[in-house]
Amino acid sequence: MSILINKDTKVITQGITGKTAQFHTEKCLEYANGRNCFVAGVNPKKAGEKIFDIPIYASVKEAKEATGATVSVIYVPPAGAADAIWEAVEADLDLVICITEGIPVRDMLIVRNKMKHKVAAGGKETLLLGPNCPGIITPDELKIGIMPGHIHKKGRIGVVSRSGTLTYEAVAQLTELGLGQSSAVGIGGDPINGLKHLDVMKLFNDDPDTDAVIMIGEIGGTDEVDAALWCKDHFKKPVVGFIAGITAPPGKRMGHAGAIISTGAETAQAKLEIMEACGFKVTRNPSEMGKLMKSLL
Amino acid sequence: MKIHEYQAKEVLRKFGIRTPKGGPAFSVEEALEVAKSLGGPVWVVKAQIHAGGRGKGGGVKLARSLDEVRQHASAILGMRLITHQTGPEGQIVKRLLIEEGADIKHEYYVSILTDRATQKVAVLASSEGGMEIEEVAAKTPEKILKAFIDPIAGFPDEEAERLARGIGIPEASVPAAADTLKKLYTCYMETDASLAEINPLILEGDGGIKALDAKFNFDDNALFRHPEIVAYRDLDEEDPDEVEASKYELSYIALDGNIGCLVNGAGLAMATMDTIKLFGGEPANFLDVGGGATTEKVTAAFKIMLRNPKVKGILVNIFGGIMRCDTIANGVVAAAREVKLNVPLVVRMKGTNEDIGKKILAESGLPIISAETMAEAAQKIVSALSATH
Repeated sequence: MSILINKDTKVITQGITGKTAQFHTEKCLEYANGRNCFVAGVNPKKAGEKIFDIPIYASVKEAKEATGATVSVIYVPPAGAADAIWEAVEADLDLVICITEGIPVRDMLIVRNKMKHKVAAGGKETLLLGPNCPGIITPDELKIGIMPGHIHKKGRIGVVSRSGTLTYEAVAQLTELGLGQSSAVGIGGDPINGLKHLDVMKLFNDDPDTDAVIMIGEIGGTDEVDAALWCKDHFKKPVVGFIAGITAPPGKRMGHAGAIISTGAETAQAKLEIMEACGFKVTRNPSEMGKLMKSLL
Repeated sequence: MKIHEYQAKEVLRKFGIRTPKGGPAFSVEEALEVAKSLGGPVWVVKAQIHAGGRGKGGGVKLARSLDEVRQHASAILGMRLITHQTGPEGQIVKRLLIEEGADIKHEYYVSILTDRATQKVAVLASSEGGMEIEEVAAKTPEKILKAFIDPIAGFPDEEAERLARGIGIPEASVPAAADTLKKLYTCYMETDASLAEINPLILEGDGGIKALDAKFNFDDNALFRHPEIVAYRDLDEEDPDEVEASKYELSYIALDGNIGCLVNGAGLAMATMDTIKLFGGEPANFLDVGGGATTEKVTAAFKIMLRNPKVKGILVNIFGGIMRCDTIANGVVAAAREVKLNVPLVVRMKGTNEDIGKKILAESGLPIISAETMAEAAQKIVSALSATH
């Protein structure tokens, strides 16, 4: 098993005809290795055409009806990305993965609140991963997103992180030590996003095929703290924790829109201390995440 | 993106919020012209820099005659204004705001920002205007009232009135204050602000409500749909290296140390800085070259890092996922040649085509030190620096 996606997942690619989307769709298809996971693309202007032999539909709704897909991945440019998320939510998909970086915060704020209103009114809940994230991979089964497939190895360690390359770093360390991954999830670096560390930790907790988790965070916000406080009482498996940004000065946005220290509780030091107090094995040396995990098993 | 106070007040007026009359001045003559057009008898001469704490630093002066306007304008224009937000190097004042005096009965605080945890818009209000809100939050947090606004439902009148009454605005002025709060909310949403702050918001002798100071931050991701805000950009207030970096889509922030670092990905870049520190070094910068680094970008990144005279060594840490290590290696070699690199350079590369990348570096004839892990790279650059000292 795994979390959120597996070899049987059927995926719609929104914005499939863009240059970036084509590049990554091709890599994802290679990783799927013949499994029929990427079943539809969406572009209203190119409906009826095909790309990499994937049929293109005018809307997410049509694509879902025609293929039975339950997940979408979004590569739509920033100005239209929040609308693309909403289109997928209105089509009642299970999960939307938004790779797009640079979406205005107001657009995310509005779409997130619309999603909450829909659920409150009794509508189906659609999970959102991202935006500004690398996506999710279940090794040897399905890769949805922009992560390099070849560094992964099938196994029983979960990885969750806001940062793309730092996730790859953790995954590569695990793979080198012979520890495979159940799923590796990038939740993205934006201040207003969908699934948070806490949500992903809950999924890993319930996944019988995940034995332990590396949880990686960074400065800004309180997501890692919320997750750690919940894990203290509920998480049944070992966790290795790392927070990037010990050396980041307050008030400066460190690349990611969400990586900015506004209050003392948002520093790397404060988060590491709380994670440690909640039973995580934390390290201040990001080169040691894999070794620390191995020592816990 | 930040803007000046006089620009912020222009934005507020566009949304119907009252401010004192006034105008910007770039010279003493212009300051006098603005003062004459306002009429007096009292004027305020205010330094316009993006940092806060201008009053305490001597950047805000009251003038009771045109002669005093001249004196203050001459003294403040060109001064190096040092506040708790500018850092010890301060900021040169190049613009002034000349305003009419105000009849202040009480000073309040209001601000709006986006709350990550609730994913709502937070409106903050306090009776303690004119003070730093962080100080109020630390000493008397009960004096800060909050409302969390659902952007779909909007800002209800009752909530705006609750805040106005809660911070002690007299009943007769509550409608005007609530109206101001709602207008500020509309302004915040429509301009894609990430912070809108009025401190102080004043109650005048006649019961009127006015914004005496104003501060905005805008969401960089939304500037594409706000040419009117982009027009306010003042490059004098921004770090020239950060501006140069942004031209190449590099994310660069100067720090105090002496080890330059070039990394792909924000999280990995922070982790690399942390590792340098862990092994006794000090990072000179944060630099994320992003996902699609080209030779041109890497060369620009080297030049920007090396403009910092404190840089005594460079660490390159690349996780080649989508980006191939051979591409980066070619970029590093070309950049090192072009800038005639004369400080130690440690390169750690991992991922796609890592062996080809390492071969390119080894065969370049350049004195590049290679490392397998981030930790090894940090140790090598730290020891290379201590060897040269």
